[in-house]
Amino acid sequence: MEFFKKRTSFRFMPLRRRWYAISGVLIVASLLLIAFRGLNLGIDFTGGVVLELSFPQTADLDRVRGALASAGHEDATVQSFGTEREVLVRLLPKEGEDTAAVGQDVLEAVKAYESAVQLRRTEVVGAQIGKELAEQGALAALFAFLMILAYVAVRFQWKLGLGSIVAALHDPILVLGFFAATQLTFDLPTLAAILAVVGYSLNDTVVVFDRIRERFVMMRKGSSEEIIDLAINDTLSRTLMTSVTTLIAVFSLLFIAGDVLRGFSVALAIGVFVGTYSSIFVASSIALDLKLSARDLMPAQREKGAVDDMP
Amino acid sequence: MHTYPAWRLWLVAVVVALALVLALPNVFGEAPALHLSRDDRAAFTEQGQKAVMEILSARQVPVDAAWIEGDRLVLRFDEAAQQLAARDAIAAAAPREYLVALSMAPRMPGWLRAVGLKPMSLGLDLRGGVYFLYEVDVAGAVKQLIASMERDYRTLLRDERIPYTSIQADGLDGVRIELRSGADVERVSAVLRKQDPAITLEEDRLGEGGAVTVRLTPDQVKQRQDFAIQQNITTLRNRVDELGVTEPIVARQGVDRITVQLPGVQDPNEALRVLGATATLEFRLVDDQNDAMEAERLGRAPLGSKLYQRREGGPVLLKRDIIVSGEQLVDASSGFSEGQPAVYVKLDARGAAEMLDTTRENLGRPMAVVFIEKKRVTEAEPCAGVRTGTECTEEEVISVATIRGVFSSNFQITGLMAGEARELALLLRAGSLAAPLYIVEQRTVGPSLGQDNVERGFKALVIGLIGMFIFLAVYYRLFGVAASVVLFMNMVLLTALMSLLQATLSLPGIAGIVLTVGMAADANVLIYERIREELRNGMSPHAAINAGFDKAFSAIADSNITTLIAGIVLFTFGTGPVRGFAVTLCLGILTSMFTAILGSRALIHLIWGRRRKLDALPI
Repeated sequence: MEFFKKRTSFRFMPLRRRWYAISGVLIVASLLLIAFRGLNLGIDFTGGVVLELSFPQTADLDRVRGALASAGHEDATVQSFGTEREVLVRLLPKEGEDTAAVGQDVLEAVKAYESAVQLRRTEVVGAQIGKELAEQGALAALFAFLMILAYVAVRFQWKLGLGSIVAALHDPILVLGFFAATQLTFDLPTLAAILAVVGYSLNDTVVVFDRIRERFVMMRKGSSEEIIDLAINDTLSRTLMTSVTTLIAVFSLLFIAGDVLRGFSVALAIGVFVGTYSSIFVASSIALDLKLSARDLMPAQREKGAVDDMP
Repeated sequence: MHTYPAWRLWLVAVVVALALVLALPNVFGEAPALHLSRDDRAAFTEQGQKAVMEILSARQVPVDAAWIEGDRLVLRFDEAAQQLAARDAIAAAAPREYLVALSMAPRMPGWLRAVGLKPMSLGLDLRGGVYFLYEVDVAGAVKQLIASMERDYRTLLRDERIPYTSIQADGLDGVRIELRSGADVERVSAVLRKQDPAITLEEDRLGEGGAVTVRLTPDQVKQRQDFAIQQNITTLRNRVDELGVTEPIVARQGVDRITVQLPGVQDPNEALRVLGATATLEFRLVDDQNDAMEAERLGRAPLGSKLYQRREGGPVLLKRDIIVSGEQLVDASSGFSEGQPAVYVKLDARGAAEMLDTTRENLGRPMAVVFIEKKRVTEAEPCAGVRTGTECTEEEVISVATIRGVFSSNFQITGLMAGEARELALLLRAGSLAAPLYIVEQRTVGPSLGQDNVERGFKALVIGLIGMFIFLAVYYRLFGVAASVVLFMNMVLLTALMSLLQATLSLPGIAGIVLTVGMAADANVLIYERIREELRNGMSPHAAINAGFDKAFSAIADSNITTLIAGIVLFTFGTGPVRGFAVTLCLGILTSMFTAILGSRALIHLIWGRRRKLDALPI
C-alpha cells in the first residue's frame, strides 16, 4: 500500500502566504485565549488538594457538593472522573491553612454522606511547591529551546535553523491555545507532553530540511522554490506515515490509558497534528523567505559527508 | 546478493540474546510476599530461615518460595490469604523477634534470582503507596543549636564558678552571657575558647560585670543546617524501617527538602504521624525543697526550677538541669513491667556517667521523667503546651519515682499507655529529628487505582503495538512485518535496559514507551521510503536496500538527537511523573537507534540479503 501511487508534485511554496495567514490567525487566537481565558492549571502548579473518590454506585455530585459545603468547603470543585462512580474533588489552597489536614477533612465530610466511599488517590501540593514547579517547568521549556536552537545552529545553516525554531514555537503555542479554549486541566505530564511535541515537530522538520539540503547540493538547476517543493514532496509520504504510526500510539493512550493521562495524551494528539502541519507548510516557507539558496548550503556538504560514512 | 559485515550480525545477535535474558524477569509478574527482618537488626541467616519455615510448616501455611535478600528474609505466597495467615502465624509463634512487612515479590523462578536479575521496579502510581515531600525547618535547627549552647554555658560557668546574671539567645545566631560584677570578661572568653576554639566572641563592658556574646559564623550556621538535613534523613530512614515498608526511598531533594516514598502503604496518616513525630524524654530531679502548689498559685517557679504538670494531674517542680535527654539514648524497646506498659532504655556512655553520678548523689530523692511532644497545629487547634508559631510543644511528667539504687545505662520507665510506650520506644530507637519537618507535598495512590493504572497502561501499550503492526504490515507488506519484529525487539531492549538500570516504571513511563515505539517506527519508515524511492529510480533491489539504509542514516540521527535533547532537558528539570516519562523517552530513543540502524539491517540482510537472485522486493 502507498499513500501516493505516483511521485507527488504538490506546489506548497507558491501558496505560502496562505499558510502564513492560517498559522498567523491560529497563533493570534491562541495567544488571545491564553492571555484572556487562561489555562486551567492543575494543582501541580497552583497548589491545593485533589481527591479521587470511588463510590459503590453512581455518585450524586450535588450531594457531594452539599456535604463539602456543610464542612466549610464551598469552593470545592466536584466533577465525575472517568466513570459515573468516580468523583474528583479539587480545592485550592487558602492562606494560613494546613493543606495536608484539608485532605483528611474532605474525606471525612464525604464519608458522612456515603460511608462506603473509597479513596483512590490524594494529591496535596503546597502553594509554594506549585509556584516552584511552574517556574521549573517554564525554565525547562526555555532551556529545551535554547539547547535545540544551539543544535540546529551547529547542524544547519541559520536560515533553516530559524525556520525550524519558528515551527517549534508555533506548535506549543497552538497546543496551549487548545488547552485554553477547552479548559482541559493543564498539569505536569501535559507540560512534559508539550516538550515531547517540540521534539517531535523538530524531528519532522529536520527530516524535511535534511532532504532540502540534499536536493540543493545535488541539483544545480531550478529555483529555490522548486527545489524546496521537490524536497517536501520527496518526504511527504514519510511525514504522513510517521504521523500515522505515532497517532496510533497516542490514540491508544488517549482512549485506553485512562483519565490520569488525559491532558498528556490530548496534548500529544494535537501536537502531532500541528507538528506535521508546521514542518510541511511553515518551516520551509520561512527558510525560503529568508532567501535560502544553494550557496547557503554548500559548506554543509563536508560536515554531512563525515556523518554519512558511519554505517 | 549484498554483503553485510559478519561482526555486526554477531553484535546484534549477542545484544538481542542478552536483552531477552535481562527482560525475562518482567514476564512473571508479582505475588504477595512477606519481608522479615530481625528485631535486633542482625542479618538473616540460613538457620533463621529454617526456623521461620518450621513455624510455617507447623501451621500448614504453604510457602511458594523463600530466599534471603540483603538482611531480610523474603517469603513468597501463591495468594494473599496465605500471606496474611503466615504473618499471623509468625507473630503468634515468635512475637517480638521479627519485623514483618506485607509486600509484593517478583514471581520469577529461582535461577533468575540466583544470577542477580531483577524486574523493573514499579512506581507508586502503579503499585499504590504514599509520597511525601518534607521541607526541613533549617532555621529551627539553628535555634535548637543556640538552645543547647545556652544549656552548655550554664553548666560550664557554674563548673568554673563564674557568676552570671543571665544567659540567653541573642538574635538568631548568638548567645549573650551577662556577667555579675566580680566576673572577669577575659577569663570567660578564655574558658569559652578552651571548650570550643572555633567560636566568635564579642565582649562588652556594659551592665554590671560586662557581657560576652558568642556568635555563630555564617559558615557554622550553614554547617548546622546541612547537619540537620542529613540527620533528619537518617532519622526518617530509621523510622521508615521501623514501619516495615519494603523498598522505601528517602532522599534529599534540593537545598532543604526530603522526599519519602513508601510503596504499598495504605494509610498516609499513620505514616505521617510516625515520620513527623518529635516525641522525646528528659530526666530531671524533682525540686522537693519548694512547694509546687505554692509555685502554681504564684504563677512562677523558684530560681533553678521549672513548673510542670503531671499526667495524672497536679503540679510538680523539677530542677532546670537535665540529667539525661532523649539524644543520649542508644536503644529502647517496649514491654510490660509488673503488668504496666514500660519502655526499656539504654543510655550512651556520657548519659550513663551522668546518670550514675546523679543517682549516687541523690539516693532516696525523687526523679521525674518528662515526656515531650512537638506537634504542628493550626491557629484554630488547641495547644496544651507552649505555642510558637505553628508549633506546639507539650511537656508532661509521666512518672515520678524515688531513686532506690544506683544505676547507669539500663533502666525502665513506666507511666505511659501501651500504644504510647510502643511508639515512644520506636521513636527513641530511630533517633530524634534535628529540625522540625513540614509536609509541602503529599500524594497517595490507592491499591485499586494502582492496579487499574497497570492494566490500562499495559492495555494501551498492547493495543497501540498491535495497531501499529497491522498498519505497517499492510503498508509495507513483508518489510512491514520485519519492521514489526524490529519494533518488538526495541521494546525488549528497552525493558532490558530499564531492568538493568533498575529504573522505576510509572504510568507516564508506560506512556513514554508507547510514544517511543510510535516514534521508533519512524526510523523504519525513513529507511523503507528511501528504498522505495531508489527502486522507483530504477536501482536493483540489493542496491536499493543498501542505498536506503545509507541515505536514511543522517536523517535518523538528526531527528533522534532533537527528541533526545528534549528528553534530557525533561529529565534534568523534571521531578516525579515528568522524570519517569523522560527516562523511558531517552532510553527508548537510544534503543530505537540501535534496533533501527543495526537490528533492522541485520534482519533484512538475513531475509533478503543472501539471495543471489532478487527481482522485486515485497515492500
